[in-house]
Parts: sequence; C-alpha cells; structure tokens
Amino acid sequence: MKLSKTIEEIRADFPILSMKVHGLPLVYLDNGATTQKPEQVIRLMDELYRTANANVHRGVHFLSDIVSEKYESARETVRGFINAGKKEEIIFTAGATASINAVAFSFGEKYVREGDEIIVSEMEHHANIVPWQMLCGRKNAVLKVIPFTDEGVLDLEAFRGLITDRTRIVAVTHASNVLGTVNPVKEIVAHAHKHGIPVLVDGAQSIQHGVVDVSDIDCDFFVFSGHKVYGPNGIGVLYGKEKLLNDLPPYQGGGDMVATVSFRKTTWNELPFKFEAGTTNFTGAIALAAALDYLTSLGREAVAEREQSLLEIATAGLSSVRGVRIYGTAPRKVSVVSFLPGDIHQYDAGMILDKLGIAVRTGTHCAQPVMERFGISGTIRASIAFYNTAEEIEALVKGVRKVTEMFD
Amino acid sequence: MIKRPDMNINEIQDQIIDDFSLFSDWMERYEYLIELGRTLPPFDPSHKVPDYIIEGCQSKVWLYPEFKDGIITFSADSDALITRGIVALLVKVFSGRTPDEITGADIYFIDRIGLRQNLSPTRSNGLLAMMKQMRLYALAFKSKQEHK
Repeated sequence: MKLSKTIEEIRADFPILSMKVHGLPLVYLDNGATTQKPEQVIRLMDELYRTANANVHRGVHFLSDIVSEKYESARETVRGFINAGKKEEIIFTAGATASINAVAFSFGEKYVREGDEIIVSEMEHHANIVPWQMLCGRKNAVLKVIPFTDEGVLDLEAFRGLITDRTRIVAVTHASNVLGTVNPVKEIVAHAHKHGIPVLVDGAQSIQHGVVDVSDIDCDFFVFSGHKVYGPNGIGVLYGKEKLLNDLPPYQGGGDMVATVSFRKTTWNELPFKFEAGTTNFTGAIALAAALDYLTSLGREAVAEREQSLLEIATAGLSSVRGVRIYGTAPRKVSVVSFLPGDIHQYDAGMILDKLGIAVRTGTHCAQPVMERFGISGTIRASIAFYNTAEEIEALVKGVRKVTEMFD
Repeated sequence: MIKRPDMNINEIQDQIIDDFSLFSDWMERYEYLIELGRTLPPFDPSHKVPDYIIEGCQSKVWLYPEFKDGIITFSADSDALITRGIVALLVKVFSGRTPDEITGADIYFIDRIGLRQNLSPTRSNGLLAMMKQMRLYALAFKSKQEHK
C-alpha cells in the first residue's frame, strides 16, 4: 500500500512539525498523548468561525441550516470511518473519557445492581477504570480485572474464567496506550456475547492507526477522541448499537435532547440527539470529520503500514542501546514503544531528550496498574505517527544513547 | 556543635549563580546538576517514609529536617538524578541555618540560573514545593523554640 502523498508533502501539511525547540528541530514522538493537526483541519476551523457559525438544529435561518447540515454530514463521515450501521448510532461527546463516563452512567443506571460485576483489563487507561469504579461505588457492584502476561498480552483464559451470571458489561481497550498491544477485541466480544454480555471497546489508541470496523468487531460501544486522530480537542465519539442506545436513559439533560418539556413530564428526543444535551462542539465535530477525511485520503492501510515499519525501526534501535528494556512486546502492536534505559529515572531521561528537541512522554501514562504490574514508577514512551521519519527515530535512539552516557 | 556553612545564604546564592554562568548550554548545566546530585550525602533509608515525601514532583523527593541547638539541618533525596541535583542546591542554601535565616531569606538564585524557565510548570512546582516545605519546617521549629 502506498500513501497518496510523499512524506515531504505530508510533513508540509502539519505546520508545527517544522518548528524548532531549544534551537533544534522538533522531533514529535508524543502522538499517543495528542496528535498534530494538518492545515486542512486548522484552516477549516478558521473558516468555520468566519463563515459558518450558528447554533445547530436551532434556527430556521440560513447560517443555522448550513452548520446543521455540516454537523450531520460530519456524523455520516464518522459513521463511514468506523463502518457503523447507522448515523444515529454516532454520538458526539467531549472525548473518549466523556464517552466512557456516559456509558458507565447510563448503562449503570439501567442495568447494574448490587453484587453485579463489571470486567475491565489490567492494561486500561485510567479513563476506562475510574468511571467503572465510580459506578461500582454507587451500586455496590464489583470490578473484575483481566490480567496480562509479561509480554503485555491479555490472558484470555483468565477472561473467560471471570465471566459469571452477574457480569453486566466488559470494557476493554482496543490498543494499550503504554504497551501498544492490540487486543483481540473481536474474540473478546464474541465470547462475551455468548453469555449475552455487551462490550465497550476503548478505541482512543487504535482509531488513528489503521482501519477500525465496529460492525466487524461487533462491539456494543466504541469510543474515541478527536485530538488523538489529527482532529481538534474537546470532541470525541461514542458509538453504540441502536437498540442499546434506545434502551439507555440519557446521562445529561438540557436543550436539544428533549422532545417535549413540561413541568409534569419531559420526553426524550430520538437518537442521536437524546445523548447530545446542550450546544455541542459542532465546530469540533466538523473539523474532526475533516481530519478523518484527511486520513482516508492518505490511505488508512498505508498509514498503518508506514507506522508499523517505523515501529520496527524504533524497537530495533532502542533495543540496541545498552541497558534499555522495552515494556510491551506483544506480537500485534500499534506504533507505541515504552522503555527504560537501565536504572535511569524516566524523568531524568525525559528532561535530557527535551533539550535535544525530542518530545516523548514520561511517567505512568495514566495507567498506574500497568506500572504496578511491572514494579516500576514509570516509563518513557515514544508514540509514532505516520508523519514521523526514520531520521527522527534515529534521533531518538541517539538521544537515548546520550542519556545512558550522561547518567552512567 | 552543629557545623555551620562558611557562607551566608546570599553568598551561597551568588556562588551558585557564578558556577552556573560558566556553562554555555543547558546540557552542561544538566551535567553539573547530575554531578551535584551525586555529591548529595546519603539519605537515611529509615526516613524514606510517606511523611517525608514532597508531593507535586514528577519524581519522588524526600526531605528530612533535624533541629538542634537552634540550627536546622536538612537531608534530602530523590529517585531522579537531576532532581537530586536541584535538591542538593536547596540543601546547600538552606541547611545549617537558623529558622530566622530561612524564613527571612530572599531566594533569587533560581531565576538567575534559569532553573524556573527551564523547568515546565509542573516540574517547577516541584521545586517550589520543596522550597515551601523547607520554609514550613523553619516556621514550625521557630514556633516550637518560642514556646519553650
């Protein structure tokens, strides 16, 4: 598969990539935290505020109509991008975290009782742990955890053993933000469905790395954030199967989510509006669609292939540095490498890499249970996007080598 | 007798500023901080308890105060070497002082050696948290002294 643009053309689309930090060219390898935005997204947001700003679904006037149409067309773009069955199954939220919280609340209200069980995995981001813990606290329910192996692979046998007749929902990440592991979500969903249990898949770290097909996965909920897939921040998506979404109560009340309001009784609007209370981030949603279109035009499989080859270079390069240990060596990974150079503290390494112009994340990556599993206080994480280059990976490896020399 | 530093707080600050002015780039400054971190006297492992941890740093920092004959002696440690270097600077400035010297000190070396600008806010907060904790100990010892 070939990208529709050369790497030079691609990098020119992202203005921030030509920036210098501390007098050196920026090497941005913190894409797992947030991705940079192409001109196509930046310009569109500017243009929207200049030419197409009015509240959606509210007015009969010209501008409101234009924005509403763009907003609904953005919904269709998202539907197509993840291959959902219906546009009504796409809810715009503030981000993956907001989406998970919405499900934990609405689903929890309707289906979770005292003594019921919820299954998550040991490699979840805090965003896919804490909302469920909060739910368990409200309902006196029990949180159960699927462990992972030393390589960072989910223990599916353990997962099957965790399911009981009290299990109400399984929430699992598609790809680990620390280990990079791509989980066999299709298999997990198939097994849970055998027991009639719905599954939420956290796609915050998978959506940007290739083709995601929610119909094929057959998950009941799928969530992701706009800013991790080259779109703006403050916008995200909750996909849910229509039947489930219809059954669930709304989690926020306000404008646009209602059909009729009186002080005697209020009735809910239909999907997707039932879950979009208040003025939504319509500019963000429209710009997110532009980001998804950008990826589609580059070729999503080609994007994934390029990232996989950069991941190989990074893994081999970092492994060649004396003392470097890599955390997460699963056979199927997204382009994320977590590592530690010998006994050097990730904070020390991160400070030196920063001075070399290299942006990586250091710390626990909002996944403290993963750190606990390995008995470490944090890692350095390089997360790679298609706009990164082999030279940038080489700069990282050289930087890490320099770090090991400095702290030797 | 408790050993008192030869220089007063401002003289030490001036010396640190002088030391840092020799370096042409930040890499050298970091190397110097790493060296300083290595010279920090060993920290009593029995003091590595939550009571002495300073919150608000990306790395772990422990600070242990001792008050004897009217003088506060600080010992400190961190699991990150650059942070240890920063801690070592603060210990150099604040350790072996009276509570009044510490609470009355005007700390200007941090800005003058570019530490604050070169550490992001969260990290800088860590540095400020360490300093704040040292001052708090000084205040606490002072009031203890006055109520004797």
